[in-house]
Amino acid sequence: MTDLSASNNNKSGLLALPLDICEGIGGAVLGFLAAVGRLSSFIGRSLLHIIVPPYFPAQLMRQIIDIGYYSLPVVGLTALFTGMVLALQSYTGFARFNAESAIAGVVVLSVTRELAPVLAGLMVAGRVGAAIAAEIGTMRVTEQIDALTTLSVNPFKYLIAPRVIAGTLMLPILVFIGDIIGVFGGYVVAIYDLGFSPVSYLSQTWDILETMDIVSGLIKAGVFGFIVALMGCYHGFNSARGAQGVGAATTNAVVSSSILILIFNYVLTQVFFS
Amino acid sequence: MSDKPSAKIELSGVNKSFGPKHVLTGVDLVVPEGKSVVVIGGSGTGKSVMLKCILGLMNADSGSIKVDGQETTKMNPRERDQMMRKFGMLFQGGALFDSLKIWENVAFGLVQGRGMNRNDARDIAIEKIEAVGLRAEVAELYPAELSGGMQKRVSLARAIATKPEIIFFDEPTTGLDPIMADVINELIVKCVHELGATALSITHDMGSVRKIADEVALIHDGGIIWHGPVDDLDNSGNAYVDQFIHGKADGPITKHAGHVK
Repeated sequence: MTDLSASNNNKSGLLALPLDICEGIGGAVLGFLAAVGRLSSFIGRSLLHIIVPPYFPAQLMRQIIDIGYYSLPVVGLTALFTGMVLALQSYTGFARFNAESAIAGVVVLSVTRELAPVLAGLMVAGRVGAAIAAEIGTMRVTEQIDALTTLSVNPFKYLIAPRVIAGTLMLPILVFIGDIIGVFGGYVVAIYDLGFSPVSYLSQTWDILETMDIVSGLIKAGVFGFIVALMGCYHGFNSARGAQGVGAATTNAVVSSSILILIFNYVLTQVFFS
Repeated sequence: MSDKPSAKIELSGVNKSFGPKHVLTGVDLVVPEGKSVVVIGGSGTGKSVMLKCILGLMNADSGSIKVDGQETTKMNPRERDQMMRKFGMLFQGGALFDSLKIWENVAFGLVQGRGMNRNDARDIAIEKIEAVGLRAEVAELYPAELSGGMQKRVSLARAIATKPEIIFFDEPTTGLDPIMADVINELIVKCVHELGATALSITHDMGSVRKIADEVALIHDGGIIWHGPVDDLDNSGNAYVDQFIHGKADGPITKHAGHVK
């Protein structure tokens, strides 16, 4: 009897590790699917309340100023120095095989297609996504969101819809301005540091640029703006209680929106240019 | 014909669980029209969860919650929105909107919830601010510039600004000094009386209970175990009530009572 019992114990001991691993994987998959379900439900409710009245135009205007106007210095500086560095790096690389004339094209295509939308998206995720998550998260833990409901105001209409609309509308505008500033940054370095002719640099820039280069960047920016605002709202709205909960919501908003921006950048580039 | 007031709020068999933890286990409670009912109970016994289920901020797992005879648990969003117009709520922490001025907080339900003109709503807001004993100049300040007691008054002004039929008070005196707590209690009695509203409060402040309650209910382990007039509180014959109102450590209410939200 004792031997049989020991043998069973050994078997269960041998099975314990694989079972633990399977349980861990199963738990992670279920958790992931539950999170996808919650996020999908949140997106659906957000879109519904964006479309169905009543609307809150004053809230929308406030968010347009917060997300758009106040992000302009961050996006502008990022674009300026990105354009400048791009011109410098391109020159040091291309000069090795006498292809300096390609610099203008490299700068304008890189900025409009990729760098302006992606970097603006990431910068806005850090500035706006975090702020949205912190504000809505604090409202959640201090019962202000419950207070909205008891005052007959739907939190999705009052808090979520204006932020998502403003994010989606303002990021393309920021990126368009960033395109101009980024190309200008490359132009300044090329003319004043690398000794290019202003006329030929501008003409090379203009010749290589196509409408699709700008439009694709602006569409990407719209998608990134939607992602940043939505993830900020989602994590803030579902914030756990206490300062730690709000802190985690803020971190999750920035990390998840940054990763989604990079994933969707690849997907959209495939759609536009493959 | 009976003079007994009809039930404004009626809960029967309300259950609510969070995972394996059963917080409400068949709550039965009737709040008569025009009466002030106070639910008492220890921390974590399900008072706030019960209130949130009535308000629709949480969905009960099962059971019936009726307001004016209408079943609320199966209401669609439009019907629930209409029902919410009957409610006013004073939150434990005030829950004032940080980014809005005091008058905008008080007028919020009128302007955003009911589409009232801002100027008209401002006049009503200032009238309510004065009704809760604050000076009109306070209207232009922000919540962060007020003390805890003043914030509670503003929250009370916001709760009554839309002239609700039912007002909920969630721990109205928690965190206040005894004098300010008494001031808030008197304001609650005055405001509820002037509006002719029905009131449902939750608290563990016995001073508050004796001041604002017509009827008292004790919640324990997720259910109402005693309900009666406030005058019967000291002679309830219920060991749980006696232990609670006298604040004794020894008795049927054990120290481990409570739930994790």
